[in-house]
Amino acid sequence: MAAVRARGVRKRFGDVVALDGVDLDVGEGQVHGLLGPNGAGKTTLLGMLLGLSAPDAGTLELLGRPVRRGSPVPDGVAGFVDGPGLYPQLTARQNLAAVADLRGRERTGVGAALEEVGLADVADDRVRGFSLGMRQRLGLASALLLRPRVLVLDEPANGLDPAGARQVQSVLARLALRGVAVVVSSHRMDDVAALCDEVTVLAGGRPVFAGPIEKLAAESGELEHRLRTSDTDAARRVAVAAPGVRVLHGDPARRPDATALVVRASAPALEGLVARLVQAGVAVREVSPVVAPLEAAFLALTEGQDDDDPASAGPDAEEAR
Amino acid sequence: MSAAVAGPPALTRPAPALRGYRFELLKLTAQWRTRVLLLVCAVGPAVFVAAVSRQSTLPTDTVFGRWMGQTGWAGSLVVLSFCCSWVLPLLTSLVAGDVFAVEDRLGTWRHLLTVVRSPGRLFATKALAAATVLAVLAVALAASSVVGGLAAVGSHPLVGLDGHLLAPGAAARTVLLAWAAVLAPTCAFAAVGLLGSVALGRSPMGLLLPALLALLLQLVQLLPLPVAVRVALPGYAFVAWRGLFTSPAQTGPLLLGVGVSLGWAVVATALARHLFVRRDFTDVASDGSGGRVLLRAVLPLAAVLAATVAAVAATGPATGPGVGRAQLQSSLATSYAHLYRLQTRELARPDVTEAQLRTSATCDKGGELVADTGPGNDWRCVVSWHIPGATAVGSAVYQLDVTADGRYVADGDGPQAVNGFFLVRTASGDAPNPIWQFDGLVDLLAPTPKG
Repeated sequence: MAAVRARGVRKRFGDVVALDGVDLDVGEGQVHGLLGPNGAGKTTLLGMLLGLSAPDAGTLELLGRPVRRGSPVPDGVAGFVDGPGLYPQLTARQNLAAVADLRGRERTGVGAALEEVGLADVADDRVRGFSLGMRQRLGLASALLLRPRVLVLDEPANGLDPAGARQVQSVLARLALRGVAVVVSSHRMDDVAALCDEVTVLAGGRPVFAGPIEKLAAESGELEHRLRTSDTDAARRVAVAAPGVRVLHGDPARRPDATALVVRASAPALEGLVARLVQAGVAVREVSPVVAPLEAAFLALTEGQDDDDPASAGPDAEEAR
Repeated sequence: MSAAVAGPPALTRPAPALRGYRFELLKLTAQWRTRVLLLVCAVGPAVFVAAVSRQSTLPTDTVFGRWMGQTGWAGSLVVLSFCCSWVLPLLTSLVAGDVFAVEDRLGTWRHLLTVVRSPGRLFATKALAAATVLAVLAVALAASSVVGGLAAVGSHPLVGLDGHLLAPGAAARTVLLAWAAVLAPTCAFAAVGLLGSVALGRSPMGLLLPALLALLLQLVQLLPLPVAVRVALPGYAFVAWRGLFTSPAQTGPLLLGVGVSLGWAVVATALARHLFVRRDFTDVASDGSGGRVLLRAVLPLAAVLAATVAAVAATGPATGPGVGRAQLQSSLATSYAHLYRLQTRELARPDVTEAQLRTSATCDKGGELVADTGPGNDWRCVVSWHIPGATAVGSAVYQLDVTADGRYVADGDGPQAVNGFFLVRTASGDAPNPIWQFDGLVDLLAPTPKG
């Protein structure tokens, strides 16, 4: 039985279609990523999972119980959307104690929850003075306090430094090991790659991809790579002649770099290029993706229409085939 | 792994109401604004009353102000009068007018709803917490003003608004009853504050709604409106408590005012709840505000006002502005008799009774060309009374400034021997001459005589 099961979920706000035919399956112990550009409908879907609204059409089941208008989500579902929702005039401990009280939990779990997210030493400080990352971790602690069976988190790593992000990842991974179903939205592909078993990509309220993370990475097809070699000019000549390889002007997101060559190629074509460079006596010092595969797949899925438009071709337009 | 999901059937329980209420109270009392308000309400009136009571110049333009130097109970009533004009509506703005909007500002609605899990219960706990804080602030105002007055002047008899003397015990009871009576209009303003907070979200208009309503009602109260409109306004009980200080008490206007206030409180709260539980909290573009929402909030209240005016007009005995010559003459004669008797006692003359005095008054407004009805400062009255043991009839002239809410100030205009001196010499020293200038109150709901 799936902890979260949605079929054909639709939601409108006036004339705006926020969700249109969304399916979602999250099993117990699974971490499911929700990806999409701003306005894709992620927050609306997460809000539904937390009982903030009900679908206009379609079905939604949480922990085996149908969720409809007027029937709140079952106990065992916790999390936050659109920020962790904390009261700045209260201390971290007071914020969590209130949540424990309201949900009929013992306050004794407050200390452990703060410890788990690394905020035990600031438990009695007012949240007013907390950084964004500390607030995010406190929001996570608030959800952990409820011992959730389904955990719903909207951008939990937002504002976290690398150490904080790693701590959150490890907490979520531990929860998943305990059998908790985690649904998490994120803009950070490294978080998604590190955490998620499966992802759903939304664009304009519609799902454009759903499946294992590896499959999403494979969706990326041709990727752009940066090559550093012992002889850039010679490498360029070899690349232009190589099958399946396109040489680009450079990476528009970076400063011009005369010592690097940027090519677009599939993985086999790239391997062939490296072999040809070696045969031509050009030493290959570095081969790195300009855009990570997941990010490339995300961009390809969510900006597909723009990519098909020739007018949108930018400075990375191909130089030669 | 499967143990996590295959546990007992998942229940759906909203947060317990008492815990929700405690949390809302914690949030309110953790705000520096609430703490400052509590401090000011607990200390301010005591300091004000203690300081003013010792001054030689007293705030005679405020009802009971002229008696602040004579009894500690008067100071509390001066504070009450000022609170009814500004302080209580402002407090409802700052507490109830912000109790929902603050969640919009902090972006905590979604969190709160996922924890409480019942918008209806959340609304109830917030409304109750705001009402509790407002009640505590009102109690602090009352207690502080009483303590300040009693500490500075002491507990002495209080002169009522018809000149009769309230013994300290009766004065204490009536002062506390007056403070209790104004809780009803405070509830009405608080409910309007809740409605503004829900309907207007982050907009400052939501916060200011009770204060703006109070300002509007103050302006309206200055107009010579028909009495049916006046008593149907939600803030009428803010002035009607004065009726408690006549004998017999003018309970009709007060009960009507309290009833109207409670009606407004119920309707405005129900409207606020209706809007709140239907709000879609996943629509990030909406904070609940909007013209349509405002319309749904304002139109029903306007309908309530119209229905109340119609009901009072149809059933009430009074017509017109409520201030007529007959009511004024009756009120003035009664007040004068009580105050004359008080003066007699202060001057250690043989006691007289009101019955012996057989006081009467004849009033005229603005001469022959002006109708003898309605508020104005051009009322001129002649008071006559029988002096016990003598055949002569005493008379005195008073210039009356009558306001639209029924209160008047009678200013002695001769003869000098009766009302020309503002002090009288008593056995314990100089005291205000009670018939030099005095306050009175016309019962606006008293039947208007025909002809």
